[in-house]
Amino acid sequence: MAKPAVLTHPESLKRPAGPSEYAKDPVNASLSKAEKIALYTKMARIRHFEQRCIRIYQQGKIGGFLHLYVGQEAVAAGTISLLGKHDHIITGYRDHGHGLMVGMGMNECMAELTGRIGGCSQGKGGSMHYFAPDKNYWGGHGIVGGQAPLGTGLAYAVKYMGLKGSCLAYMGDGAVNQGAVHEAYNLAALWDLPIIFVIENNGYSMGTSQERSTAHPGCLAKRAEGYGMAWDVINGHDVYEVRAKTAVALRRAHEESKPTVLEIFTYRYFGHSMADPDKTYRDKEEIKEYRDKKDPVLLFEQELLREKVLTPELSQKINDAAMAEADKAAVFADESPDPTVADITKHIYWEEDNRGPDTTSRGTIIFE
Amino acid sequence: MAVISYREALRAAMREELKRDDKVVIMGEEVAQFNGAYKVTEGLLKEFGPKRVVDTPISEAGFIGLGIGASMLGIRPVMELMFWSFSYVAFDQIVNNAGNIRYMSGGLINCPIVIRGPANGGTNVGATHSHTPEAILASHPGIKVVCPATPYDAKGLMKAAIRDNDPVYVMENTILYNDKGEVPDEDYIVPLGVADVKRVGTDLTIVAHGRAVITSLKAAEILEKEHGVSVEVVDLRSIRPLDEETILASVRKTHRALLVEENKPFCGVDAQVAYLIQSKAFDELDAPIHRVSSIDAPQIYCKRMEDLQMPNVERVVAEALKVLA
Repeated sequence: MAKPAVLTHPESLKRPAGPSEYAKDPVNASLSKAEKIALYTKMARIRHFEQRCIRIYQQGKIGGFLHLYVGQEAVAAGTISLLGKHDHIITGYRDHGHGLMVGMGMNECMAELTGRIGGCSQGKGGSMHYFAPDKNYWGGHGIVGGQAPLGTGLAYAVKYMGLKGSCLAYMGDGAVNQGAVHEAYNLAALWDLPIIFVIENNGYSMGTSQERSTAHPGCLAKRAEGYGMAWDVINGHDVYEVRAKTAVALRRAHEESKPTVLEIFTYRYFGHSMADPDKTYRDKEEIKEYRDKKDPVLLFEQELLREKVLTPELSQKINDAAMAEADKAAVFADESPDPTVADITKHIYWEEDNRGPDTTSRGTIIFE
Repeated sequence: MAVISYREALRAAMREELKRDDKVVIMGEEVAQFNGAYKVTEGLLKEFGPKRVVDTPISEAGFIGLGIGASMLGIRPVMELMFWSFSYVAFDQIVNNAGNIRYMSGGLINCPIVIRGPANGGTNVGATHSHTPEAILASHPGIKVVCPATPYDAKGLMKAAIRDNDPVYVMENTILYNDKGEVPDEDYIVPLGVADVKRVGTDLTIVAHGRAVITSLKAAEILEKEHGVSVEVVDLRSIRPLDEETILASVRKTHRALLVEENKPFCGVDAQVAYLIQSKAFDELDAPIHRVSSIDAPQIYCKRMEDLQMPNVERVVAEALKVLA
């Protein structure tokens, strides 16, 4: 099999990690000390939430799949930290980080994993299906690439209603070969929709590396050119770079109502899901290299220590608090009751849950 | 009361709902400039403009998914599939996304979308364009499916579907598009899940939906004239929700049931109806329930054979006489 040509990586990825060259970008320079600390706190909270999830999973309390976000925190944190009232987000099944970033509580997130009534979807969605529409978060979708057309529809609705907003539709590097994604690209470009397709490229679509899955001889974002869309590549280990380059795409959406494809290079430390023993397709050394040298939470901490925004003591305090919050959420997720058998048939139809003289439904809709 | 065609009735429903609610958008392949592949949306672009009546590329997974996403934010898209057969390339969107989003979000998100278009055989176009997926789709909790047989029901069900807060899939029939019938001028809806007794009788109940209703009504006439049998024809109109009471009331009256549909027999809508009758009216039956479905094969191209493959008046009469024997 012919090897594809060298991938287009962001320049900053080719150098050893150090002070971020994007610290002075206006979108970052304008952040107050408190805002920077808040951003770091959110990243630390995602990290500790996920690590706590591993323990609960290993205790057998989480069924089904658990796709961890550890290592990719700067992507959700950097992009979502820029969003305003009319900006919406939607993603695939690696959706915990985005949920915590939009402001979902650890309790409801953790209890959804254990399938409890206190979960964000009352135990009906699970890990892959977090939703918080009150926070403009539209999931949490289980089928690879299936959310891309939905995101395009959210952007369409924002434009239809005449609002200055956007949709950020996230996907993994494996999704770019799904037809639904290409159909979404075409519609977004054809109709000038305010959408940013964010490819979180962690290098592996499950256990298949990009080289073994994707024919395009270049970076994945470049496929945007085939649809006349703008694109960019981003070092996803540097939250400042994520913010700086996403801000450009967001302006394009808000000011020109034009779509963008962003490819954010990132890395996951754990398997595709907890069911993946992670022994067949990559080396332990590769994971160690990323953990030691490109960890996004660690790099941002160092950045803020250099900027004297953080002190080691404050950082410790933030991390301790995040761990304690995750511990508490684990207790909540343990103690929240199961949904009941009667709950199984609720939330299927709006008209059924709200049946009355004005609803359009009669007859039997839930069958024996 | 005006006499208009099934096609005009559908168009009138969409026009009235476009006027009533500015969140209603018509979208699909060839719906705007081309005036609709089957002219159902004819004139709507001229009247409402390109923001409300939107041509899409041939990209069902893309534009149906887009409609679902827009509906989550409160838009009320009415999406045309040129044929329901084309829904199969958008199955993930139609089933997984539209059908599951309310449930998986614990009731936080609604999907008030309408997907409509013809779903029928009998047009000499071969297997890929002749699918009737009402049973397949209605088997998914979260989805609603209706199959109007007359202009009155087409308009009333379409208006109810557009106002409904759940995904409603309206399955029309190209062979019925020119059928004419009386339709009130004033605003009305046909609620989902209400069957209609299209002909009153005492000796046999025929349960049907879609064009099979029209076939069954013709068969009922022959049965009356030539065999002296009084047949009641129950038009389901809505597959899910299903009006179980009207079916059971009719069977309790006639004590015999024949189920007619244009689907293939395996797991068809009538498999569910047969189960219902035997489970709730077993003691009322004086004879086994019979079915007339399409002959169990992919839709044949040859027109002469396709007319025999599908339920036709002769087959319905013959099967009815067996139930009555």
